[in-house]
Amino acid sequence: MTLDTSYLEYPWRQRGMDHEHYPYSIMHQRTPIVWPDAKRLLIWPVVSLEYFPMVPADLPFRAPGHMQTAYPDYRHYTAREYGTRIGIFRLLGAFEKVGTKVSVATNSAIAERYPELICEIMAAGHEIVAHSTDMNGAIASGMEEADERALILSSLDILEKACGIRPRGWLSIARSQSFNTAKILTELGAEYMCDWVNDELPYTFQTKAGAITNIPLNHELSDRQIINVQQQSVDSYAQQMLDAADWLLGETKSHGGRMLPMHLTPYIMGLPYRISAFENLIAQLAAQQDIGFARGEEILDSWQTQQ
Amino acid sequence: MSEQQQSDPGLYDYLSYRNRPKITWPGGKTCAVWVAPNLEFYELDPAVNPHRKSWPKPHPDVVGYSHRDHANRVSHWRMAEMMTKHGFPGSVSLSVALCDHIPEVVQDANQRGWEFFSHGIYNTRYSYGMDEAQERAIIEDSIATVERATGQRIRGWLAPALTHTPRTLGLIAEYGLDYTCDLYHDDQPTDIRVKSGELTAIPYSLEVNDHYGFFIYNMSPREYADTLIRQYDRLADEGDKSGTVMCIPLHSYLIGQPHRIGPFEAVLEHIAGDGRAWITKAGDIVDSFREQMA
Repeated sequence: MTLDTSYLEYPWRQRGMDHEHYPYSIMHQRTPIVWPDAKRLLIWPVVSLEYFPMVPADLPFRAPGHMQTAYPDYRHYTAREYGTRIGIFRLLGAFEKVGTKVSVATNSAIAERYPELICEIMAAGHEIVAHSTDMNGAIASGMEEADERALILSSLDILEKACGIRPRGWLSIARSQSFNTAKILTELGAEYMCDWVNDELPYTFQTKAGAITNIPLNHELSDRQIINVQQQSVDSYAQQMLDAADWLLGETKSHGGRMLPMHLTPYIMGLPYRISAFENLIAQLAAQQDIGFARGEEILDSWQTQQ
Repeated sequence: MSEQQQSDPGLYDYLSYRNRPKITWPGGKTCAVWVAPNLEFYELDPAVNPHRKSWPKPHPDVVGYSHRDHANRVSHWRMAEMMTKHGFPGSVSLSVALCDHIPEVVQDANQRGWEFFSHGIYNTRYSYGMDEAQERAIIEDSIATVERATGQRIRGWLAPALTHTPRTLGLIAEYGLDYTCDLYHDDQPTDIRVKSGELTAIPYSLEVNDHYGFFIYNMSPREYADTLIRQYDRLADEGDKSGTVMCIPLHSYLIGQPHRIGPFEAVLEHIAGDGRAWITKAGDIVDSFREQMA
């Protein structure tokens, strides 16, 4: 099939990006960031709390980790539930041991189904980041804007009711957005999103409804990517996080504060044979004076005061 | 598509690895090592090519796009600095529209003394389905755009996202380009049969490409570094009989991630410290090969 002549036309071929959401910026040339308490590297743990309905909606796509067999897929339904019954407490325990507070990206269905879990997370001083409704709450272009707005609003409202405060942050399922998502989040008062992985520091993302901050949650450094997708061991995962922390600490000597996102999944990292290696990793990181841990909202607040 | 499909594209004659003419690289080195950073621009909402989707997800494919945008904002700068530190120039596989979008990256590479070849206009625009006039247009665009931005005349081609037509190799030779990076049949350069001009296939690599390492073979950063060191050691050994070529094809958004760049440094240290490597650029390898084969 011959291509239409328009295939060799490039309407966005111009200086800068091919969209209006953010200008081009070189991270290594920015004004150095200074984190609180003289920490040079902030680790940002984000634990995803997910509820997978046993009937996948597949609209607009099936979330990673969702059901795989013919109905009833007890195998995957219950293995994911293991994360919200057991795995999450192993992860929270690992963080308690070093006295750190984390972000928990939570499906609002968790708040409806397991309110005692939300109470415990909030009482411990962790942050709830809104993570859609349940794992059927995926977003992509093709959705009606009104449906997408209703989905996001429902997640924020339910979590606000359960937590007593409105979540300040948003993580989309599979970090998947439509062209409307950032605008809707801004309209609904979300202060930051975690979906765009193009940077290693927060940056301002413009929408037709105003600005929102994107705090990049590196997908490559997630337990899902390293352990589930790339099939590497938890020891290799730990080595990779330590190598990343070493490298970033090195950059802080000449370039100011850095952050290292650590995206975790309770049913992946919270297994008995993996959690000890993870606890060792956290302990090794926490033992370094230049390294701190932070919730997303702390990173947001610190970064915003320096802009 | 006027040309008939051929089961043997007739690019070159068979040449067994044994009893080849001896290639000796300058300074008596046994393995010519070149690093090929892919400096790319991917579009958020590209025009649709009916033969291949640009993104697996409906636009915007946020992770796909933003992962690659990490290259220009963050990881190019990390990767380039490390290459310079250890004395490795780049031979750049360039989405030439990067000259328009992000001239900072292109100028940085140019100032480091790197060489540029074309990797198409964008890595989200494919050659499949192009007629001859369209294909000539992207070659002419590539030559003019890179010359305007860097003062360099491109000498090579790596098809955009590895999308070819049966015409491509003949056309780039006709335009005076010297090398193609699209053929994977050998560890030494090969002269390719073309109607006009002269075209040499230089060994690029998919097997030790960082994309293959991390996403086809699912290697950890340290496994990938070890793979490159093994690849080099073997080619440097065998190059004693007749000089070999090792390419390290990189994408900064992969190799320049914070968990990968540290382990990768061991590779550059190993090769630079070995003494048998001719660390150079693609064009120099092609020139040396042609001089010896003349």
